[in-house]
Amino acid sequence: MTRPSERGFAIVGKNERKVDGVGLVTGRSKFVADLLLPDTLHVKILGSPHAHARIVDIDTTEAEALGGVACVLTHKNTPTTRHTTAGQGYPEPSPYDVRMFDMKVRFVGDRVAAVAAGSEEIALEALKRIRVVYEELPAVLSIDDALRDGAPVVHDEKDSTGIYDAPRNIVADVDIDVGDVVKGFEESDAVVEVVCETQYAQHTPIEPHVVLAYLDSDERLVLRTSTQVPFHVRRIVAQTLDLPLHRIRVIKPRVGGGFGAKQEVLVEDIAGLVALRTGRPALLELTRAEEFIAARTRHPMRIRVKLGAMEDGRLHAIEMEAFSNTGAYGAHGLTVLANTGSKTLPLYNKAENAHFFGRAIYTNLPVSGAYRGYGATQGYFPLETGMDELAEKLSIDPIELRRRNHIRLGETSPIFEKLGEGREGVPQTVKSCELERCIGIGAERIGWSEKRGKRVREGPWVHGVGMSIMMQGSGIPGIDMAAATIKMNEDGSFNLLIGATDIGTGSDTILAQMAAEVLGVPLSKIIVTSSDTDITPFDVGAYASSTTYVSGTAVVRAAEKVREQILSVAAPLLNSTSEGLTLSEEAVKTPDGQRVGLDRVCQRAMYESDQFQIAATASFVPSESPPPFLANFAEVAVDTGTGRVEVLHYVAAVDCGVAVHPKLAEGQMEGSIVNGIGYALTEEMLISSRGRVRNPSLFDYKILGALDVPRIDVVLVDSYEPTGPMGAKSVGEIGINGPIPTIANAIHDAVGIRLRQTPFTPERVLAAMHAS
Amino acid sequence: MKLSLTINGVPRSVTADDAGETLLTILRREGYSGVKKGCGAGDCGACAVLLNGRAVNSCLVLAAKADGAEIITVEGLAMGGRLHPLQEAFLDEGAVQCGYCTPGMLMSAIDLLTRNPDPNEHEIREAISGNLCRCTGYAKQIRAIQIAAKRMRDGGDD
Repeated sequence: MTRPSERGFAIVGKNERKVDGVGLVTGRSKFVADLLLPDTLHVKILGSPHAHARIVDIDTTEAEALGGVACVLTHKNTPTTRHTTAGQGYPEPSPYDVRMFDMKVRFVGDRVAAVAAGSEEIALEALKRIRVVYEELPAVLSIDDALRDGAPVVHDEKDSTGIYDAPRNIVADVDIDVGDVVKGFEESDAVVEVVCETQYAQHTPIEPHVVLAYLDSDERLVLRTSTQVPFHVRRIVAQTLDLPLHRIRVIKPRVGGGFGAKQEVLVEDIAGLVALRTGRPALLELTRAEEFIAARTRHPMRIRVKLGAMEDGRLHAIEMEAFSNTGAYGAHGLTVLANTGSKTLPLYNKAENAHFFGRAIYTNLPVSGAYRGYGATQGYFPLETGMDELAEKLSIDPIELRRRNHIRLGETSPIFEKLGEGREGVPQTVKSCELERCIGIGAERIGWSEKRGKRVREGPWVHGVGMSIMMQGSGIPGIDMAAATIKMNEDGSFNLLIGATDIGTGSDTILAQMAAEVLGVPLSKIIVTSSDTDITPFDVGAYASSTTYVSGTAVVRAAEKVREQILSVAAPLLNSTSEGLTLSEEAVKTPDGQRVGLDRVCQRAMYESDQFQIAATASFVPSESPPPFLANFAEVAVDTGTGRVEVLHYVAAVDCGVAVHPKLAEGQMEGSIVNGIGYALTEEMLISSRGRVRNPSLFDYKILGALDVPRIDVVLVDSYEPTGPMGAKSVGEIGINGPIPTIANAIHDAVGIRLRQTPFTPERVLAAMHAS
Repeated sequence: MKLSLTINGVPRSVTADDAGETLLTILRREGYSGVKKGCGAGDCGACAVLLNGRAVNSCLVLAAKADGAEIITVEGLAMGGRLHPLQEAFLDEGAVQCGYCTPGMLMSAIDLLTRNPDPNEHEIREAISGNLCRCTGYAKQIRAIQIAAKRMRDGGDD
């Protein structure tokens, strides 16, 4: 494999400064809440105190009478269209089970009313003056509760659509078969079965959900919002508020993190309606507590995995059965569930027999949604701890077992075709896979052969090492569309207009790098404008590990079209034909060394002869979703006295194709791993017996700080994806899947216990040690 | 309530609407929007500013308590159009992802380097331990602070 520079790239593969970096380090970049307009109203939401109740009556008279209150919204005076908050492609694979405000509340924190007032204080005071009479209903507070015969029905309304079996609280159902697993297990020499459960966890972007809605001079509704999906926001708000789509403009400024939480339309409808009703700008910013209580979470799941293998370690049958808790609404219910199988099972394509069965279940608990990893994170816990157990049972080294079974270059898996994004997938073969090298590099870095099975003691601490491997995807094939427009200016610079949505991921930078590479200019000559539905072409947004691969290909295609136009304009200037001309160093060059500057080329096109705007738009819909691959290794120490687990060293060797910007790619990996370690060890939303989130703050919900983070080595293993833009594939999500199984396997190596419930708190570790 | 503050070297007279108003609210209202709000409870550090030279969470400081104080916000770091060495290092090292925690992290780092020009890695981790970042794994910020510290010791102009 060659490095990017050896492939002749001038800008791709270089650690350029982020195109939005200076504004961010100087504080000049304007996030949503940083740019208020005169006379802005502040909007506050009244959340339900009950997990499940009917609203018998709401009296807003006193709230409306309070000085400074401009508008009070409830189910009595707002549109009733059922829709989904999930910002997905249309038609969304999530049920239409949400109203803007409903006559029934389905979780603690569910919307009851909203107040817009001249100040936050007045709005909060007005909320207290809203009188609500509730009829409490029996609540469904676990997956088991929901599935019981005669369980209360979370969605008993008549007008919801797209629910698999509403009377039985089943949002979605997935069931696919390859071969015959029953026979497969009978034929297997060794079988292991594990059941794992994962917790409620929150994304906690440091910037909460926030939107500023206002009417422009033509009375069009402008939503300046912190979102991952500006075009989906426009469509869903149009649908919810029954507005023509062309009356809405969505602008995404800088966004303070998303991680899936902002792939939802949670605030834009309310602020938009306030602006329409009052004619005044409206700011709606969730508090940190509201983020925990009423935004979105990772689907808690209970997953059973059964693995059957022959004596030589070759997998013969895999079965995965997942129950996923979507909470009170079904946003992303089907697709997260499907991904739990589709992003995990193809990894072990040697198994001739496979079965995936899953159900997504409604409860009266916080609403789940998209979260980095998107179901794969949950699925890899039982799969990769199960593989560890299988290795133990067969007395094969865990690395060796995986080597005998993982998918390789040129291979396929029937799962790719059978299971896609909530529907059938697409057949594909793997065209880049450096997983073997990832495993080898990781094993060496962690010191696998020296440390595995040694159980070194230091006082009460016992050391262990563990590993896991995984894959993800790059976008949603056949569904995700991205487009890019590039136009040229007469100084030889270019405007790059992209719907792609930079939420801190660095996509503005890497997409500009790709354009600069094709157009032969430095990064400074690419002016990026992204994510404004009035200005930029369509893009589904930042999710499904799609931006680098899908949006990147659109950018490369647009740049190639522009390059052709440039060469055709330059040819007469060089007394040549387009054939044989090349573009580099801001000039068009002939094979014999003549050159003409790009500024000159554009001046000719604009002012001199056969004038036209050098510009092009290109779109891309992928026909496949090339997986990135990852090998994780961790060394942990377990305090046998207290049950405390310390991660001492974490190694992640990843094949993400060509890293367009290595430091940003490393940053994606480091950030997702740290989030994953928190998910494995400390992060857990605690929920009371009445369905209330008990720890809705960053003090009580522990995400890792700089003192909590171990040494993490990220290795970007050289690779080249032939279908990708400049050889790239995705890197945004995969890292978060690693820590749970890797740490669980390392804990087992240290103290011999198998943990089945995340997070691995000292209490759970001690309990497991006492039980064994 | 009238308050006199020196913000980024400029004396300012500002008005607090009520006695409970925080320094964060006042600074943002006065246009220092680089000071971010992430939690309003002192848990995340996004609102950190220098108050008489020390990094504090401005959401926990009553504005009235800051009367007469010198405040430095992220907007006060770049001098005469030149970025502060910490800002340069954050850009060079890829330490900025979404950038929402960056202003607070920079203020904690400046506090540290003012007191300790040659901090070891643990001291850096301690100094930024109150600044939560969800995008990065802190490694690149730590590296950036090390590099900036070295550049400043080696005859930087700061």
